[in-house]
Amino acid sequence: MFYREAGQFKSSYKEDQAVFPILQDRVGVGLMLLVAFIGIPLLTSEYFISAIMTPFLILALAAIGLNILTGYAGQISLGTGGFMAVGAFAAYKFATFSIAIGGAETTIPLVVTILLAGVVAALVGVMFGIPSLRIKGFYLAVATLAAQFFIEWVLVKFGWFTNYSPSGIITAPPLEVMGYLFDSPGEKYIFTLSFVAVMALAAKNLVRSHIGRGWMAIRDMDIAAEIIGFRPLHTKLSAFAVSSFFCGVAGALWAFVHLGTVEPEAFGINRSFAILFMVIIGGMGSIIGSFIGAAFITLLPIFLSNVPPMIGWDIGVDMISHMEFMIFGALIIFFLIVEPHGLARLWSIGKEKLRSWPFPY
Amino acid sequence: MVENTVKPGEILLSVEDISLSFGAVRAISEVSFDIKKGEVRAIIGPNGAGKTSMLNCINGFYHPQQGTITYKGITRSAMKPYEAAAQGIARTFQNVALFKGMSTLDNIMTGRNLKMKSGILASTLWWGKAQKEEMEHRRFVEDIIDFLEIEAIRKTPVGRLPYGLQKRVELGRALAAEPELLLLDEPMAGMNLEEKQDMCRFILDVNDEFGTTICLIEHDMGVVMDISDRVMVLDYGGKIGDGVPDEVRNDQNVIDAYLGGGH
Repeated sequence: MFYREAGQFKSSYKEDQAVFPILQDRVGVGLMLLVAFIGIPLLTSEYFISAIMTPFLILALAAIGLNILTGYAGQISLGTGGFMAVGAFAAYKFATFSIAIGGAETTIPLVVTILLAGVVAALVGVMFGIPSLRIKGFYLAVATLAAQFFIEWVLVKFGWFTNYSPSGIITAPPLEVMGYLFDSPGEKYIFTLSFVAVMALAAKNLVRSHIGRGWMAIRDMDIAAEIIGFRPLHTKLSAFAVSSFFCGVAGALWAFVHLGTVEPEAFGINRSFAILFMVIIGGMGSIIGSFIGAAFITLLPIFLSNVPPMIGWDIGVDMISHMEFMIFGALIIFFLIVEPHGLARLWSIGKEKLRSWPFPY
Repeated sequence: MVENTVKPGEILLSVEDISLSFGAVRAISEVSFDIKKGEVRAIIGPNGAGKTSMLNCINGFYHPQQGTITYKGITRSAMKPYEAAAQGIARTFQNVALFKGMSTLDNIMTGRNLKMKSGILASTLWWGKAQKEEMEHRRFVEDIIDFLEIEAIRKTPVGRLPYGLQKRVELGRALAAEPELLLLDEPMAGMNLEEKQDMCRFILDVNDEFGTTICLIEHDMGVVMDISDRVMVLDYGGKIGDGVPDEVRNDQNVIDAYLGGGH
């Protein structure tokens, strides 16, 4: 960027290890949060908030979850959709349970319900993470793919999960926190945003702590990591647990806030792939990359359906969806070959180039 | 477990009669030797003599089929590498085994992991105890960075560093664990003269200042004879010589092994 750290001296390790050590970055992030919390709900349309911003945020949260597992700990997973489904259904079961024991009143607060759902997803994630102690790479991907299909099957097969609803599709309970009902799209958006902002910060803190370093050590060189004292069992399973926790919370939010219904079809294999693409395009091993990737994948279809007509190029709806596939495919191949660290890395390379611009020698 | 303290000059680690084979290939056969607290112990020998296998046995990566290893007076059964690390054995590798995606600072910080206790929840908050712990360890790591004179590359991803510096960072990572026994697997391989001199200086300083016992494998005979207190020679998995550098240098078996028999 056009600013740099020159003149900003750090006098303690605490300042040096801050998430945003440069003043301008802190101001920028503060402004972005301000816009996100106040500007967007006030200034934009309901459609924009409920159809673009809310799903974007929830998917970004799921992408952070997968990024912890794949980007930081190096364990590839195709079970993201499954873990999100676990979160959604666990939240639904907790919510109906709390209604059942409290009469009409919910006895477990909604926020706690969602966090508990994350914990259940974490437990399931650990269970499906056990194979990672023996297998790596593609083989692990297949094992997690099994998790995806198995979870979907279990949720459809056993009526207990849907409280024996005949259609298998159930309506999520209303969003009520301490007597306040989050009802309009704007309010739901704020609810989601608060969750995502807090959890993104938590994820960032985690990956810069000794736990995150353990994940990266296992990713970069597992034998050396073991020899300096990281226990592969703890390190890998904690990555699965934390990752699935994030996915589970994202799943619960997706069902409760975005869809309003709880159904396994919302968490199919396509969802898992979409989130994996977000991580690949956004940047593996980067929290901000998860947001960039989620924004990219949510916005590209909207961009494609709006821009060609705008410039007078009339293409059909089917053509648009075909183009979507083509563009995604090409981009994923491009990023896997050229820049595995994704858009986030391109952004930081750009910043580095600009530091010495216009005299790069 | 009982923590035995070993005084300088006493035996820190003794290896009794160990044998290791992979299928029909015998990597080590019936080798015994010991390492005394505070010394610089070298293991030399031609390629394939079983030197690295010996280090791998000491830090629990391989489990010898026969023989015992006694560390700090405790004879141990088969153990996992992280248990050896917890007992104060650290090492570096022949091919640099750094975490390429992480900065120099983070790489050395990983060496402190066994001393960092804060849990997942505390770490997510980055507040209070977890933060204080991180800062304390950062201070320690900064001392190592100063000691190894790598201040300028603190924030550089190690993948971008030249080979000599990577070796130095790897030494830093091992030192961060405050080991009692430091195993160095060819710390000077592929270095130029100046880098070798630096590395020798660091090894001797570590030995002097921190009192760390060092066991190193090295092919550069000049270096080995200069800096080590005792030298063991392996050939084809067996021990053919052991003693102070001058003894080993003049040992006929050793000369034969290096130059080929019949000279």
